[in-house]
Amino acid sequence: MRKFVLSATLFVAVAALCLSPLSSAAQAKTLKWAFQSDLMSLDPHSLNETFLIGFLGNVYEGLVRRGPNLEIEPALAERWEIKDPTRWRFYLRKGVKFHNGNPFTADDVIFSFHRAMSEGSDFKTRVSTVKEMKKIDDYTVDVITKAPNPILISEWSSWFIMDKEWCEKHGATESANVKSGKENYATRHENGTGAFIVTERQKDVKTVLEPYKDWWDKPKHNLTRVIFTPISSDATRVAALLSGEVDMMYPVPVQDIKRIDRHAGTSVLVGPELRTIFLGMNQTYDELPCSNIKGKNPLKDVRVRKAIYQAIDIQAIKKKIMRGLSEPSALMISPKLFPSYAKDFKRYPYDPAASKKLLAEAGYPNGFTMCMDAPNNRYVNDEQIAQAVASMLAKVGIKVNLKAQPKAQYFKKVLAYDTEFYLLGWTPSSFDSWNVLYNLIDTRDPKTGRGKFNLGGYSNPKIDALTDKILSETDIAKRNLMIKEAYELLNKDVGYIPLHQQSLAWGKKDNVDLVQRADNVFMLYFVNIK
Amino acid sequence: MPAFIIRRLAQSVFVMLVVAMVAFLMFNYVGDPVHQMVGIETSMQEREALREALGLNDPPLVQFARFVGHAVQGKFGLSYQYKRPVAELFEERLPATLELSLVAALFSLVIGIPMGVYTGLHRSGFLSRIFMTFSLIGISLPTFLIGILLIFVFAVILGWLPSYGRGEVVAIGGWTTGLLTISGLKALIMPAITLGMFQLTLIMRLIRSEMLEVLRTDYIKFARARGLTDRAINFGHALKNTLVPVITITGLQIGSIIAFAIITETVFQWPGMGLLFLQAIHNVDIPIMSAYLILVAFFFVVINLIVDILYYVVDPRLRVDMGKAGGHG
Repeated sequence: MRKFVLSATLFVAVAALCLSPLSSAAQAKTLKWAFQSDLMSLDPHSLNETFLIGFLGNVYEGLVRRGPNLEIEPALAERWEIKDPTRWRFYLRKGVKFHNGNPFTADDVIFSFHRAMSEGSDFKTRVSTVKEMKKIDDYTVDVITKAPNPILISEWSSWFIMDKEWCEKHGATESANVKSGKENYATRHENGTGAFIVTERQKDVKTVLEPYKDWWDKPKHNLTRVIFTPISSDATRVAALLSGEVDMMYPVPVQDIKRIDRHAGTSVLVGPELRTIFLGMNQTYDELPCSNIKGKNPLKDVRVRKAIYQAIDIQAIKKKIMRGLSEPSALMISPKLFPSYAKDFKRYPYDPAASKKLLAEAGYPNGFTMCMDAPNNRYVNDEQIAQAVASMLAKVGIKVNLKAQPKAQYFKKVLAYDTEFYLLGWTPSSFDSWNVLYNLIDTRDPKTGRGKFNLGGYSNPKIDALTDKILSETDIAKRNLMIKEAYELLNKDVGYIPLHQQSLAWGKKDNVDLVQRADNVFMLYFVNIK
Repeated sequence: MPAFIIRRLAQSVFVMLVVAMVAFLMFNYVGDPVHQMVGIETSMQEREALREALGLNDPPLVQFARFVGHAVQGKFGLSYQYKRPVAELFEERLPATLELSLVAALFSLVIGIPMGVYTGLHRSGFLSRIFMTFSLIGISLPTFLIGILLIFVFAVILGWLPSYGRGEVVAIGGWTTGLLTISGLKALIMPAITLGMFQLTLIMRLIRSEMLEVLRTDYIKFARARGLTDRAINFGHALKNTLVPVITITGLQIGSIIAFAIITETVFQWPGMGLLFLQAIHNVDIPIMSAYLILVAFFFVVINLIVDILYYVVDPRLRVDMGKAGGHG
């Protein structure tokens, strides 16, 4: 069979060659692909956005990088060791050259640290645990952290190294800053060490990449040219794939997956994403402004929170709204990122009768009313999920007034902690539970920034204490047990209601061979065109 | 005459200020740009500092005065999302939008006028009925639907035309044009049809009703009595007399074609100003949004001014040769 396919492909290829004298073997290795929006900038420190950073990962590199299964691999650092709990030593790769030919050295690493800390940078959190970086020699750097941090490098696959000399020459030593009123050279030019060079860029039209001949790693791809085009309209992006104008595109709208699969020569690659979609409940207000219950906040009662949890039919959401493209979750983190114990966690079963009983026990036999906030253009089917939740809660007597808004308005409201009940998604940038615990679950502390995305104000001092221990525990087995304990405490309190991990959907031609990473990043150096 | 123009200019400036003001008041309700400018992990303090530095905490009137002050000097600042000068972003995109708008306007005239004349002359003909049904579709279907239908027929099923983009463009000075390459011309066809469809049907229906009106007048009857050929009567007398309102409408419609291009540009990923504006709304990129609104208001004001001045010149009786000259616009 394989032989037949091979010869058939060969035949088609030969026929194509004969029919169109212009096409050559080299052209056949051009990859054209589309995404829903364009790159905001080429500056790798300007905006912490998944797509932008994922794309720039083809051009720039960090000390470490992520492999097909998100495992940490050495990149610009060949290896590293923990000298003592707050001192890491990185041995840099020798013979690496930036795209302009400049050699890569320790100075560039230290420079990139300072640049990521500069005012316009959106990557301060990546390096903020670092106290200082010391150059030992040209290819050795010591990183001294403010406190022991066993997961230091797990956030560094997206902290990219820039060339000190190049940035100084072009006045780009700080990240692009809107306040300055002046354009930064690095916004439209790149000089990375990565596998591809940007050879042409027209905003909103195309960005052309070509392989970097002197890349330090052995290329696994067979591309000679890559043309990226943003296509913002869903229907047009689908049409471009079906008509063969692009070889690959994402995201695929859920309703078009079947159509692309049915079409000869194209298919959709579906996989679970890392982002967890969940519901949060306000546990700080003494009274919900929207509610008919005066003088107390029903959401402060764990029985009410559990009643809400058990009133939600997650399988119905998966089947009816997500069309099968979601993985119901009992955890606030993707099971992929907590493989050791994730399977031990089970959702509270869907049980409206139990839910009603809990409400009656809590003193709300006739339910109550409250308001809910949700975005309508941020996550896959976000508004529909919120609507479904509202109607499921209505069945047990909780009347929800849903306000679904575009993300710009939604985030303005909820990030000001002005919400009673809300839908949010979270992907830990370090791919580690500490990030989830510290940002989402710990008690809110405006001074340190701890719990700043704990928008409902859930608080459990035991979890706070565990989070501190998890940060500095270097024994992985012990650490995982502590993480497990923290999640168990959270589930017992029903501090949050995790819903699901949504799915990734990438559309591609059948002759394109690629790796779909769960963080929704498309790495060009895994692509082969047959 | 000069007094008239000066008065109109003063009114235009006033209109521009009002547009800017309304736009500015709206911006208070579009969401917080700061949350779109940073990743989710950025701390509240950093967000607040950024908001303060951008002057977003000032009262709207202060922000407005500052904006007008800068705009008068042609300074629109840096885009929040792209961190590039707004004026430069618009310069890059203006050719794409203007080219598309003019081709769409031309398309609607070249097809719309003959169709209007035909349906006016052969009121109950079979072809006329088809044209009229067609025009009903053109008027009632929303733009994006026409665009998507065209894409599915001509790009996906037939594979004749590209579904997105502008094709290869040639740069002449600061102006990029797709009119000089095959792929550029192919890419222009569907967006121009989509954008011009509404105007086409409008012009066709306008010409038809005007023709019906004019054909009933005495001088047409008299011309017939003189034994002139049908051709001379229909095109030399009747059509000429219908063109005056068409010129007015066309002039005004060019403004709305430019403004309507937002939807067409989004459907076809046409790299023009409308696409930029729509993405700016998603990201609450206030510098781009305000500059766009000002620019579109400016186009409308200028076109209106030209139409007004044309009126003044030809008033009270529009001479036939003036109608001819304006017909090219």
